[in-house]
Amino acid sequence: MTEEPKILAEVRVEGQQHIGENVLDVQDLKVWFELRRFGFARTGFVHAVDGVTFQLKRGEAIAIVGESGCGKSSLMKTILGLNEITDGDIYYNDMHLNEMDKKTLRWYRSTQIGYVQQDPYGALPPFMTVRRILEEPLVVAGFNDKDKRLEQIRQVMKEVRLIPVDDYLNKFPHQISGGQQQRVVIARALIQAPEIIVADEPVSMLDASVRVEVLKLMRALQENYNISFIYITHDLSTVRYFSEYIFVMYAGRFAEKAKQHDLLTNPKHPYTYALLTATSEPEYENSLGFKEVPPGEPPSLVKPPKGCRFHPRCKYAIAGVCDSEVPPDFHVEEGHEVACWLYDERYEEPDFSE
Amino acid sequence: MVTTSATEKLLRIEDLKLHFNITQGVVQAVDGVDFELDNNSSVVILGESGCGKSSLAKAILRLLPRNAGTYSGKVWFGGQDVMQLDDEAFRRNVRWVGMSMVPQAALNSLNPVVRIGEQVAEPVMVHHGLKKDEAWGMARRMFQHVGVPDDFLIRYPFELSGGMRQRSALAMALVTLPNLIILDEPTSALDLLTQANIFNVLKRLKDEFGISYILITHDIATSSELAQNVAVMYAGQMVEISDAKRFFTKPLHPYSQKLMASVPRLHGNDELEFITGTPPSLLNPPTGCRFKDRCPSRFDKCDEDPPLFIRDGIKVRCWLYEENA
Repeated sequence: MTEEPKILAEVRVEGQQHIGENVLDVQDLKVWFELRRFGFARTGFVHAVDGVTFQLKRGEAIAIVGESGCGKSSLMKTILGLNEITDGDIYYNDMHLNEMDKKTLRWYRSTQIGYVQQDPYGALPPFMTVRRILEEPLVVAGFNDKDKRLEQIRQVMKEVRLIPVDDYLNKFPHQISGGQQQRVVIARALIQAPEIIVADEPVSMLDASVRVEVLKLMRALQENYNISFIYITHDLSTVRYFSEYIFVMYAGRFAEKAKQHDLLTNPKHPYTYALLTATSEPEYENSLGFKEVPPGEPPSLVKPPKGCRFHPRCKYAIAGVCDSEVPPDFHVEEGHEVACWLYDERYEEPDFSE
Repeated sequence: MVTTSATEKLLRIEDLKLHFNITQGVVQAVDGVDFELDNNSSVVILGESGCGKSSLAKAILRLLPRNAGTYSGKVWFGGQDVMQLDDEAFRRNVRWVGMSMVPQAALNSLNPVVRIGEQVAEPVMVHHGLKKDEAWGMARRMFQHVGVPDDFLIRYPFELSGGMRQRSALAMALVTLPNLIILDEPTSALDLLTQANIFNVLKRLKDEFGISYILITHDIATSSELAQNVAVMYAGQMVEISDAKRFFTKPLHPYSQKLMASVPRLHGNDELEFITGTPPSLLNPPTGCRFKDRCPSRFDKCDEDPPLFIRDGIKVRCWLYEENA
């Protein structure tokens, strides 16, 4: 599939007509990695993503929150088309990602979806200037007019506030600060005018004073260009400033899906509650007492626990249910789903304040 | 173990300087730092990356890199002026014995080819002259205190999870029973729940052993877990030294105020702010107040070097707090 590369200003107008439509539809996605011994004997699977369903609408930002090793990066890479899908489906607009041929997949990866890496310095080639870094994707996409390329680069740099543009065009990554490096990475993700941008912990390597600036910038881009964002993080406190929906992931599955405000003020899953209580607010009272933390560590994804994967660490676990049956998604209120047996009609809902 | 009387401060630092020589000139990483620390208390040193906070830890422990230039000032530890000691006496009597450190990225500071137990036991064998089995007994006790199962002693670092490795590094710093532990970004690479767990362990150890902490971090929200006093560092200098209660509710220095306003919170509706511009280079720091170029309340006086003004016991390096102003 070949088409003329898009001009940023046109995208802005065009995207507005399609707000609210599904851009990405992920159905019961499974991504397993084979474990082999000596290269051939199959010894098991890492169940990195194990039955994940969600939709991403145009112009919407969602956050996927989870600890390291919960499968959020595998999920992200699969959406970027870098991992093979073991089972389940991913639809991009009307296209089935599973069945894309190589050429289409390449088009999808290079022009339809952008990626903002966690470590900006590691993500930028040290021997290229900012201009070359931003020019390369355009060359690959067949943007042949040199002046037009430069025009697009200038516009995108203005958009991410690398102003005045001429000060930065010919600098190398090591000559600019961390926040500016991250903005170059965002500019690179944006320059193809993608429909989706996946941001993997985009602010965790930055200083506190710069973090907010980058989050606000991404928010502005999302609103101006109707780009859909998938924001992957382990830090719940930054989520409030960025996303409409939060999906909490634990051991390869979504534990809870809710609107941002509902999840932060009224968490339903015991794991979400534990995450929220463990998040510190800058208040001096914190130093006076201890925090309540569930015992143990996240399970191995090679042999995840039966039933609910959180049950060995959960103090509300019901014997005979949580340890044997996989909880379905219970619908607790509008747009709020939780995979926890406590919300089945047969049982009593937990009271976290006790 | 250094003994101190109740009235004495555990640590008192006056005008501590640590400069590095590089080909382009002199980097003034720590440039005249003063602060004090009581017995069994804790101070949090906050600052952005490159403000000299890790260099301050190195200067206190006298772990100087080869290109260290000026190294001056006064450090009293347990009533003793330790800057007078020569390197060997400092190594024998102060480092590990009186104060130890959990380095940044403790995960990578463990030796990958030596069993954890051996690494944890080594400092007591060297500094307290314990026999091997006694030292292993000590290591086992410390493992119980930090919450690592006994059988992990014979494992190698790569066999442990991040949280367990961090706890092992903590056990290593603790095994000689020092009075002071310097924690350099102890949890920045860890997950949320693990982080909360480590802070619980640190708080418990403080109560059990009467240890003091210097916590060096850029993470303001989690630093509040361990803060009794707060010192804010900017471009090699302390700009505000305060107690946690007043700092977290109403910081005085414009930089601290901006910093607090940039902390994301779970609840509430306040808009987040950010600080425009970048911190100055420590190679040629600006004259006068070092924050003046980014400061919203800059005025004429800021071109002169501000001293530390004392207001209600809070020290603040800003002309706004000059008494007659």
